[in-house]
Amino acid sequence: MSTLTGTDAVREGGGFALALSDSWTMTRRELSHWGRQPVQVAVGVIFPVMILLMFGYLIGGGREVGGDYIDYLVPGTLALTMAFGLESTVIAVTQDLNKGVIDRFRSMPMANGAVLVGRSAADMLQSALSLAVMIGVGYAIGWRPHTTAGEFLGAVGLLLLFRFAMLWIGIHLALVAGKPELVQAVQILVWPVGFLSNAIATPESMPDWLGTVVQWNPMSQTATAVRDLTGSVGGESGHVWASVLWPLALLAVFFPLALRRFAKLSH
Amino acid sequence: MADGIVVEGVRKRYGEKAALDGLDLRVGRGTVHGLLGPNGAGKTTAVRVLTTLLRPDSGSVEVAGYDVLKQADRVRARIGLLGQHAALDEELGGRQNLEMFGRLYHLGARRARARADELLERFGLTDTGSKQVKRYSGGMRRRLDLAASLITEPEVLFLDEPTTGLDPRSRAEVWASVRSLVGGGTTVLLTTQYLEEADQLADRISVVDRGRVIADGTADELKARTGGDRIDVVLRDAGQLGAAVALLPFAAEDVSVDVDRRQFSAPVADRMSALTQVVRALEAADIEAEDIALRRPTLDEVFLRLTGRSEETAEADVAHAKEAV
Repeated sequence: MSTLTGTDAVREGGGFALALSDSWTMTRRELSHWGRQPVQVAVGVIFPVMILLMFGYLIGGGREVGGDYIDYLVPGTLALTMAFGLESTVIAVTQDLNKGVIDRFRSMPMANGAVLVGRSAADMLQSALSLAVMIGVGYAIGWRPHTTAGEFLGAVGLLLLFRFAMLWIGIHLALVAGKPELVQAVQILVWPVGFLSNAIATPESMPDWLGTVVQWNPMSQTATAVRDLTGSVGGESGHVWASVLWPLALLAVFFPLALRRFAKLSH
Repeated sequence: MADGIVVEGVRKRYGEKAALDGLDLRVGRGTVHGLLGPNGAGKTTAVRVLTTLLRPDSGSVEVAGYDVLKQADRVRARIGLLGQHAALDEELGGRQNLEMFGRLYHLGARRARARADELLERFGLTDTGSKQVKRYSGGMRRRLDLAASLITEPEVLFLDEPTTGLDPRSRAEVWASVRSLVGGGTTVLLTTQYLEEADQLADRISVVDRGRVIADGTADELKARTGGDRIDVVLRDAGQLGAAVALLPFAAEDVSVDVDRRQFSAPVADRMSALTQVVRALEAADIEAEDIALRRPTLDEVFLRLTGRSEETAEADVAHAKEAV
């Protein structure tokens, strides 16, 4: 498979340093896009804030969650924000694939994996930014982590790990379908999948069978672990391991699949 | 000197349809080679294989002395590609695009910047360097695209229908740029649907149909094979068409008559003597001509000669094949 040229370029062009430099160039490309589309970036950041405020004050207020609802909701919407990141990854990759520029990248002696690394780096940065804003808003509406700084950072780490898994699922989906139609499907489907979790409501408040599905959703594991690590309502110990293993398992599947798909663009 | 491009027996199938069906091609270093054919003949597929974007099912391909399949990165370091669709980042500015590509060619930050400025200047884009490419006109975009494919002064440059969809002025600009490159020793492979374009730019031309080369030679050789130039004569009175044709020393089977347009058309060997002959003969017979024009054969006529099918039926074939897939 000579077209997965990450490896070729490394051998030919003088090594890992060049692959890194290519990846950095591609990351800078994505960051330049932000500079050109500030409104889009702002909308991306504000959207989860709106969800948080809507559920906190309009829709979900007064829910029985075994404590203060805002305290339960904020960690849940942090996980939801990471899940919704899938959508922006799918959109970005699909757009790239449908533009001629991907052909130029692929006809150049660059580490071709750099295209995906740049995508990953930019999406992770965007998600980190989103997370920071959400945590700030959460704090502003009364959410208070009651644990050590180490545990708090652990919670942030789990959220980003979950996002990283979503990222590679998104890259794979976009490479498989490669069409703008998929974007619409994903835009619709992230809602039920995102809400089939304990982000907004407790599994106990749902019919039994639904509650079971919800508890199995990897996102629920992350949300519960984040609640646990921040001392929020709804936290239960014993979920941290699951919220590490689930994303790793998803990555073990989708990371190689995505790379293989990418190499197959030349078939 | 070794050849710039050597293609032997390359095949590529998409389902039922063979996009390339045993393509052979040899392009000498420092020459411009035209790949001429209708839509769907396999020109773009050939370019995608040659530029490492697509793996052929079988056959061997060498570009700039390296195997496209086994030494893809060496090939990539030595080629430039101007595809049919602009291969640019539309969100970024022109300068940002060129700088980014320069870095990805590993020129280093400073040389990438200098090279971007140089190319913007050369293609008359300095003033619009910071404008987003999506706000560029078609001609500007094409020039920037060409600039991007020249960042490393490639040994082999691929131009896939470089002027399709451009207005005549932009087309002339692209032609001028291509000509100036050839002086520098670059090997150029150019695909086109226009015989005129191949004629203007290419040293040699391969006519492609259904994924293989069906004729090969210089523009003059091909034209000689396909009947060379043609003369079109439009008469004032369609009723005199028969008489006019009979007067002239053309083989009857070569003359095509179009009564609705009051026109006949015939291949000519020597342009000037044919013109004088026609004018004199018509004058002597008192047949009034409205228009007399000498012209190159169209691709359709070349095609008809070489394949016995017109270009339109060739395209219809392709459409059928696509439906079948």
